[in-house]
Amino acid sequence: MLENFSFRTIAEYLPLFGHGFLATLWLSVVSFAGALAVGIVLCAMNLQRSRLSKVPAKIYIDAIRATPLLAQLYFLYFGLPRLGIVLPELVVGILALSLNSGAYIAEIIRAGILSIARGQVEAGIASGMTYMQRMRLVVLPQAFRVTIPPLLGQAIVLVKDSALLSLISVSELTRAGQLLASDRFMPAEGFITTAACYLILYYGLKGLAALSGRWLGSQPMRSRT
Amino acid sequence: MIWQQFQGLIGSYPLALRGLGMTVALSLISLVLGTLIGFALGIVRTGSNQLISRVIGAWVDLIRGTPFLVQIFLIFFILPELGIELDAFTAGIIALSNLAACFICEIVAAGIRAVPNGQVEAALASGLSRRQRIQQVVLPQAMRMSLPPLVGQYVLLIKDSSVVSAIGLTDLTRVGWLVVQRVPNGLLVFAIVGVGYFIVCYPLILLARKLERRMGTAHGEVQL
Repeated sequence: MLENFSFRTIAEYLPLFGHGFLATLWLSVVSFAGALAVGIVLCAMNLQRSRLSKVPAKIYIDAIRATPLLAQLYFLYFGLPRLGIVLPELVVGILALSLNSGAYIAEIIRAGILSIARGQVEAGIASGMTYMQRMRLVVLPQAFRVTIPPLLGQAIVLVKDSALLSLISVSELTRAGQLLASDRFMPAEGFITTAACYLILYYGLKGLAALSGRWLGSQPMRSRT
Repeated sequence: MIWQQFQGLIGSYPLALRGLGMTVALSLISLVLGTLIGFALGIVRTGSNQLISRVIGAWVDLIRGTPFLVQIFLIFFILPELGIELDAFTAGIIALSNLAACFICEIVAAGIRAVPNGQVEAALASGLSRRQRIQQVVLPQAMRMSLPPLVGQYVLLIKDSSVVSAIGLTDLTRVGWLVVQRVPNGLLVFAIVGVGYFIVCYPLILLARKLERRMGTAHGEVQL
């Protein structure tokens, strides 16, 4: 039973969890920045008329969405050394998260851009704007409003997905829980503390999403969380 | 060298089949359980009892706010401490069904809330009982809206089933992990694992897209 749930042990391991919390936080931020870059490039490729740039982007996005992140992570972790590229686990993990989330972000941005009413673009054309001007002055500012809430939703998914990095022994939040569970045979203490730390991140991001929804005057977050 | 690797891969095909079978079994069982429980929870969540609705909402939030890997560890390691003995397969089913039920609950609840109020009022005016209102008026319309995100959720479920390999179940991902210890070619091995998932998931993704287009729901509702 759980009657001997040991808060003292948790207190003892608190520095480890603090370290794991910060590690999860910053590796998520770095991965999200990477994912944004990947997503913007993919989306730009996907919106071109030329098949030469469109088809590879579509194939990449579908391949990522139809396979689990864990398989992608192992693909890089066991596969990169084969190509002579030996990277630390942490870098492999960030790479996998960025490449994975990038595909989803590409679709979010695309949906945002396509949600702009056709008349807006036509008005831009009628005003004699170039393609770049239309994008910069008409489409993107409006698309920005629509994409912020689902982007924050994707950020929540990314933070949770980062737990998988513990399986390639990156020292982050879940790893801290595993250490406490295996060192002291206290899985309850370890994983409940881990879960609580993730909930802090989750509610933080969720609050941010609600806040941004109010600022931008759009609907509250409705994305996969 | 490559030839040897191919031989090694071909030699491990019974293992691969077992892994695929495990992935399919896990996904199918928890898909059925999760859908049933999710629908029940979704209907209760939109019902008139505020307290139960709140409790379900809080539980869904807890599940949505924590990584699936942590949930599996919690179930697998803590339920035995509470005196409930369970093997890895049962733990995997419980974790996956619970996850699916929570997401499907929200999908169904959103579908029910999207049914215009006038529909319920008309049913009330026609003297339909609560059961009839839900069965004949609300759910059929809510289903229309819930179907595309529901199929999308199934894709997520199949992909999430890969995480149960962490508690030692020999599913498709775990097989890849085992094979790569003998055949040191991670690119090839996990490309094949990926193809296995792709064959199962891609048709579902296409189906979800088709449904979404046909139902004419707004895009961006659920990202597959």
